[in-house]
Amino acid sequence: MSSTTTDHAADIDRHVKVYIAVFVALMVLTVVTVAISRVHLPVPIAVTVALIVATIKGGLVACYFMHLISEKKLILWVLALTVVFFIALLALPAVTHGNGFWIPEPHSDVPAAPATAPHQ
Amino acid sequence: MDIPYTVEIRRDTGLTNGKIGIWLFLASEVMLFGALFASYILIRTGAPSWPRGDTILNVPLATFNTLVLISSSVTMVMAWASLMRHRFGTFRIYMGATILLGFVFLVVKYFEYSHKFHDGLFPSTNNFLAIYFTLTGLHMLHVAGGMAVNAYFWGPGAKLWKTNPEWFTNRVEHSGLFWHFVDLVWIFLFPTLYLL
Repeated sequence: MSSTTTDHAADIDRHVKVYIAVFVALMVLTVVTVAISRVHLPVPIAVTVALIVATIKGGLVACYFMHLISEKKLILWVLALTVVFFIALLALPAVTHGNGFWIPEPHSDVPAAPATAPHQ
Repeated sequence: MDIPYTVEIRRDTGLTNGKIGIWLFLASEVMLFGALFASYILIRTGAPSWPRGDTILNVPLATFNTLVLISSSVTMVMAWASLMRHRFGTFRIYMGATILLGFVFLVVKYFEYSHKFHDGLFPSTNNFLAIYFTLTGLHMLHVAGGMAVNAYFWGPGAKLWKTNPEWFTNRVEHSGLFWHFVDLVWIFLFPTLYLL
């Protein structure tokens, strides 16, 4: 989006038409999301499908309502860096869960700590 | 002293200070919600069993709220477009509609929360409800914050339009970016908590 109000009125009118189209697409995709959940797919497939639809919806909001599609490169770089950190954050549970490569499995010969401190 | 680069573009960034500021703030917000989403994944994958959201939560109400929030995003961007077309009266209508839709969202959430509390379902009841109340509660705070800023621009803050319309338009644009972000977060929260 331009940061000034010098955009031509016709240009804004064209943008408004895009906003309406995106609005309709978001409404339809919301209904699709709910409809898919009624099918009761296996959890991994349901999660994948729901996240794909949500990503499409989020992409439409970011690209057109937040005007990322025509935004300056500096902001896109800031967001790209954010995405890297965001993915690392979401991946943390995966690499630390169970036998994740970051967390060694506890040695079986080490006695487990008592759940509560013994009474003196 | 005037605030620098409110309207004019900085040479080094190619942006106004407000624009780069709001995007950096939104980047920090991504990490805030990201931390909670990561917590959700950790808790869910570590649980022996996990309930489907629709067995506990009210999906029709949440679907309605999703449509309300998406509509509010459209009215918000139309409010900004109205200022770009120098139609202040139309801006007031669209901004008013955005605030009203935000209010509808909060009222629906109030009924959802009340129903849960009435049924004895609290954040302390189980992990699902703990993460549900934490994520939706934080999101509700963002909706309330966005409404407060939008109400300021609809009311007393609109005086700036008479003296510096470009600055006012930029302010509304930045407020809109925050509002769309709140909508974007809900787009992910809805299927994650209610449908899976």
